[in-house]
Amino acid sequence: MSDRIFGLVGLLLAIGFAFAAVAIEESFLSDAVGPKAFPLIIATILGLSSIAIALKPDDAPTWPSLGRFAEILAAAVVMMLYAELLPVLGFVIATAFAAAYLTWRLGSGVVATVLTGVGTSVGIYVIFHLVLGLSLARGPLGF
Amino acid sequence: MDTFMSLADGFAIALTWQNILLALLGCFLGTIMGALPGLGPSNGVAILIPLAFTLGLGATPSLILLTSVYYGAMYGGRISSILLNIPGDEPAMMTCLDGYPMAQKGMAGQALSLSGIASFVGAFFATWGLIFLAPQLVKIALLFGPAEYFALFALAFMTLGGVSSTNQAKSAFAAALGLGLAMIGVDTQTGVPRFTFGEVHLYDGLDFLVAIVGLFALSEVFIFLEHRHGDAEGTASKIKVGRLTPPLSMLKQTTPTMIRSTLLGFLAGVLPGAGASLGSFIAYSFEKRLVDKDGKTFGKGDPRGVAAPEAGNNAAAGGALVPMLALGVPGSGTTAVLLAVLLSLNITPGPLLFSQNPDVVWGLIAALFIANFMLLAMNIPMVGLFTRVLMVPPRILMPVVAMVSFVGIYGISGSSFDLLVMVGFGMLGWILRKFDVPLVPIILGTLLGNAMENNLRRAITIDNGNWLTLVDSPLSITLWLIAIVGFILPLIIGRKVKSKMHARRDEEGSLAD
Repeated sequence: MSDRIFGLVGLLLAIGFAFAAVAIEESFLSDAVGPKAFPLIIATILGLSSIAIALKPDDAPTWPSLGRFAEILAAAVVMMLYAELLPVLGFVIATAFAAAYLTWRLGSGVVATVLTGVGTSVGIYVIFHLVLGLSLARGPLGF
Repeated sequence: MDTFMSLADGFAIALTWQNILLALLGCFLGTIMGALPGLGPSNGVAILIPLAFTLGLGATPSLILLTSVYYGAMYGGRISSILLNIPGDEPAMMTCLDGYPMAQKGMAGQALSLSGIASFVGAFFATWGLIFLAPQLVKIALLFGPAEYFALFALAFMTLGGVSSTNQAKSAFAAALGLGLAMIGVDTQTGVPRFTFGEVHLYDGLDFLVAIVGLFALSEVFIFLEHRHGDAEGTASKIKVGRLTPPLSMLKQTTPTMIRSTLLGFLAGVLPGAGASLGSFIAYSFEKRLVDKDGKTFGKGDPRGVAAPEAGNNAAAGGALVPMLALGVPGSGTTAVLLAVLLSLNITPGPLLFSQNPDVVWGLIAALFIANFMLLAMNIPMVGLFTRVLMVPPRILMPVVAMVSFVGIYGISGSSFDLLVMVGFGMLGWILRKFDVPLVPIILGTLLGNAMENNLRRAITIDNGNWLTLVDSPLSITLWLIAIVGFILPLIIGRKVKSKMHARRDEEGSLAD
């Protein structure tokens, strides 16, 4: 069943891709093939393979429980927040929080969580910024 | 003789302090990454590319660092196979079969050192194979025009799925998805934006490094979160490593095995769509059929069963570099990632690489030799150090992996947008892995998509819009035929195996009735 839904989503994606390809505005300076042809070929392959997946599904994968699924989503949200807040908070603070969150969710205790978070952040800062001279996001405190 | 002259030049390039240090660092990091379950060669190289890039290393030094990681990971994978019965990476799967039983018998040290030697033999001779085979392939590739290149790219995609996936539709899906992603951005030939939806960030196209790190490294983090797999699987301390040198008799017994497996592995590596996993698989199965016909010793700790897959997988790793360097078309996941390295350094691999950047090619090859000796030295006396690395639990390791990935990508562009896209790719990678969709064709698609389209358009424009020009020369027809056979064959063979299994079940069923 999972594969049938996957195939259906893939087919919708292919149709959407094809529409977007047709909608590409051609410039007056075009070569013999133009910018639409190759994307349309890709859309066709994408569509055909999606149909094949939907018609001949594999065994369904073992999906995680709702709780585990929420876990992954939460981690993705934390990473996105990290991406947005990185320039605001600066590298060291933002990274310490993100690393602490991940290690906590992977089962670290309170002390280990704090140590891993701070250790990862400071360790990367020292190695990559101070030693190797890589430029990292600078926050209001200068690091 | 030319070859040896070029090789000597290569050594002159590779033997600087900086390059030797980079090779040493690469070997060390690579072995660790290979040894840790969950961090394979593709992941390892993927995480380090943006770093090598942002550190401002030149082309040759970056390549030396990253290929040392690649070779190192191939060596390292065996450590956790032997000690924990968990393959450190995919190619090391076959090493579990005899390596772990050997460790249980108290011969872990011997298994580790023997497999280290086998890895060395495989990698060393495969590097020689690379030296002699790649220039021959270049000669053929110089005859290629745009139409042949287009066919070659198609061949790479169609055969890549053949081995890496059990479901051809899903590999085709993955390839199309990757190619589709490559289309995003301003069209290079006419200057019109495609699939950008007005988002300015997308005009330059998606950076394939963002896609690679997201798909490989971040999705791994999500997998660990899914299983809440935070503790080290490590019981490595319980197994006694024992003496670290294999007895001479064992070496003698396994020498023919190593030679056979190296040959097979190298061939498997060169062929499109195979790579190191297949190399070790073929080497092991062939050796088993040849020396252990009755199935008495293999699987119970036969040293030959340890030497065969390790020689095979390392030889395949070297072999896989041949099509990547000579044609610009990688045959395996990790070489696809190495291709990304070349592309991000603005080096176009392929036949012209050998004439335009001989310093890169031969410096790289010399570095491979140096890395090999370093790895042999590291992997036998220092193997105890690496076994201790296995004790680092994923709950500490995975956050570090995630954060280093972010640092690398942020270092390239300094934009939060790229980080968001990377998280998106991480989620996508997790979902696709659940569905058993191979990730390598996606990577290959994003890497080669634009080159493939350019060749298509060039070929047709040269021939005044005639699409039949694609199958106009014997060379391109041959390539298309190989591609089609490579795509269809797994379908037929797969069905045959299935029908055989059904037949057996029917027989058993009739007996039961």
